Amino acid sequence: MPARRPSPHTLPEVAGGGLLDRRLFLRRGLLLATATAAAATARATPDGDPPWLHEPGAPFTPYGQPSPHERLTARRIGANSAVPGNGVSFTPLEELEGIITPNGLHFERHHNGVPQIDPARHTLTLHGRVKQPLVFDVKSLLRYPMRSQMLFIECGGNSNAGWHQSPIQRPAGSVHGLISCAEWTGVPLSVLLDEAGVEPDARWVIAEGADAGAMNMSIPLAKMREDCLIGLYQNGERLRPEQGYPMRLIVPGWEGVLHVKWLQRLELSEQPVMSRNETAKYTELLPSGKARQFTFTMDCKSLITSPSHGQSLKQPDVYQVSGLAWSGHGRIRKVEVSADGGRSWADAALDGPVLPRCLTRFRIPWRWNGQPAVLKSRAIDERGNRQPERAALVAERGRAGYFHYNGIVAWAIDSDGTVSHTY
Amino acid sequence: MGGCAALPATPRENAPRLGQPADPQWLAHQRVNVFPDGRGLPAGRGTVAEGGALYARHCAACHGRDARGGSAEELAGAVRPLNDPDADRTIGSYWPHATTLFDFIRRAKPMGAPGTLSADEVYALCAWLLYVNRVVPADAVMDAQSLPAVRMPNRDGFIRIEAD
Repeated sequence: MPARRPSPHTLPEVAGGGLLDRRLFLRRGLLLATATAAAATARATPDGDPPWLHEPGAPFTPYGQPSPHERLTARRIGANSAVPGNGVSFTPLEELEGIITPNGLHFERHHNGVPQIDPARHTLTLHGRVKQPLVFDVKSLLRYPMRSQMLFIECGGNSNAGWHQSPIQRPAGSVHGLISCAEWTGVPLSVLLDEAGVEPDARWVIAEGADAGAMNMSIPLAKMREDCLIGLYQNGERLRPEQGYPMRLIVPGWEGVLHVKWLQRLELSEQPVMSRNETAKYTELLPSGKARQFTFTMDCKSLITSPSHGQSLKQPDVYQVSGLAWSGHGRIRKVEVSADGGRSWADAALDGPVLPRCLTRFRIPWRWNGQPAVLKSRAIDERGNRQPERAALVAERGRAGYFHYNGIVAWAIDSDGTVSHTY
Repeated sequence: MGGCAALPATPRENAPRLGQPADPQWLAHQRVNVFPDGRGLPAGRGTVAEGGALYARHCAACHGRDARGGSAEELAGAVRPLNDPDADRTIGSYWPHATTLFDFIRRAKPMGAPGTLSADEVYALCAWLLYVNRVVPADAVMDAQSLPAVRMPNRDGFIRIEAD
């Protein structure tokens, strides 16, 4: 019963199509509409008290689970029917708020299933161009000084449907949800490298997992020394099996495949191993027929998660447009939003703290007048990297590269309030 | 775990140093990385004919009898060139190093029992896959000397973006 609701319905636009000043969020009592899942049904107001007011609740549980009413907030799985352990599961980005991905919803990419590893039988071996090859057991690693960092991990193949000739019609998370964000805690790799003693000709570290297939990837030694971690904890708890238990590599800002899970071996070398995944895969064909290789950094990118495909706007109103931005190069400096298909742009508000190589939540109020509109967002990072329009990205790279798609995402709002993906 | 010790000011200098020296004999028997120059390749040998029989038994169900693909990707028979928007990326048309075949097959194949093929069997599969991709002749024998000497057609097809 607010006596005086500020009226965004009469405030001036800051950009075309009804975008309003982001500082409106500072006003008390501002009511904003939210796009809702199309299938959502109105709940009837029950007569009388609900039963939970008059009967004892459930007992304690050793490990909490989401409400059964939130069962639809789940990873979406896309796997090879012949080999069910080879595939991905997507984080349902459009169902989540804030920037932290719950551990059970962190995206997955497995090449041959999730190994169930007994930590007592798992070790990490550091060998190759080192003065003293070393073996670390899990208990020993847990005794090293650790560092925590909030970081996104994004698969190099995230958003690859953006290369398709026509826009794919799927929920935002089912296209762009091969990114998640967590607080990762572990042992700085530089400490272990110093303990083994690095030979002067070492330039690369080949990381290998203990999954079926022992996936291996080469990473420049300089990056490993700079900021990589042996990740042991995710959002405060030990890693989940599907995230690499008992340990994974954390390679801040670089493509997901390098964050080798179930890490069992690090071989220092003067050359990369040229593994299948760094030659036949995770390389990007250009129109010339040459391919980009060792494209490690995940580029500057953003995405509106509300409203997005599958949601709908019930009626003309002032809506909260909200989304995620990130860059493997550092902090997000600015996110701009357009409601007129990119003709004009307004700055969105960024939820703090804005951290390097971490998801950043942005928001902006938008007054929808019921006419068709096209919403876009574009991110700029602290190094000046700018998220490109799709047409510019395709002009530069062609459409055969598959990996590292970071083009601007556009959502078309129809006059009936439905939201679809458009180019 | 003991009590909560004060963190050292410079973790590196005061790091616990809990790594155990790796036993060289144990290390030598681990599956190791195979590099383009052949480092890491074990003793052994395999022929195209032996590889064909192994392929039919272990690989054809997913990759197709002729290696043109099935539920898993195509491995041979590229028709559309790499500058075509729908380029065929096969071993023969795309992979820059023959040693990658050994490294990957030994650690990852077959999908149902990875890491179970002998060195001879892996060499034989390399030989057959290179043969069906028209990279080596039908009488080729692959071993630790001949495999790294194979020059792949797309050897120079890659531009290193963030590495020297």
